[in-house]
Amino acid sequence: MPSPDEIRQRIESALPGARAEVEDWTGGGDHFRATVVAEQFEGLNRIQQHRLVYDVFGAEIGGPIHALSLKTQVP
Amino acid sequence: MSEQNDNPIRAAIAEAIADNPVILFMKGNPDQPACGFSARSVAALQALGAPFAAVDILPDPRIRQELSALSSWPTIPQLFVKGELVGGADIITEMYETGELAETLGLEQPAEAPESSPEGVPAQAAPLGIENRLG
Repeated sequence: MPSPDEIRQRIESALPGARAEVEDWTGGGDHFRATVVAEQFEGLNRIQQHRLVYDVFGAEIGGPIHALSLKTQVP
Repeated sequence: MSEQNDNPIRAAIAEAIADNPVILFMKGNPDQPACGFSARSVAALQALGAPFAAVDILPDPRIRQELSALSSWPTIPQLFVKGELVGGADIITEMYETGELAETLGLEQPAEAPESSPEGVPAQAAPLGIENRLG
């Protein structure tokens, strides 16, 4: 089961320069909430921004990571 | 495409998206959402008075599988407007709060939108009174 810190590190290493804050939303270790600030989001719509983050986890979303709620921002 | 003929579920999903200008794929149905994220999305659409079609993805796991393959979006709910994926619960909520959802749907944002009450502004701002100028 991934920890919030592991999820943060994976987002930050997949999107170099990005800053992520991740919390375990329910305390159950499978519902996470993340705020991600990344220059890579520049010029992308929300769908595309969220996809960039979801793509880091692939099939884990819906599996071990039941839910990853996202808020994305351009710095 | 022969691929679609071989895959009736994906073809049915694509057809539903094409046939309904506003369609929400969700867990449960609008009267009884089976997940908080779906409930939140239904609430946003209902607050705008938006007519929408809803598809419960729970009865058959293949619906979710094919939907996500079609949309490249991993989570449920998913809202489509005029054939385009608008987003999941986070995006729907965010767009509702900013008024973009109403705009996308061609509707008016209701005046009593709960998120619109400005924070940090006193409910009754001190009136710019004449006494200020009398010093």
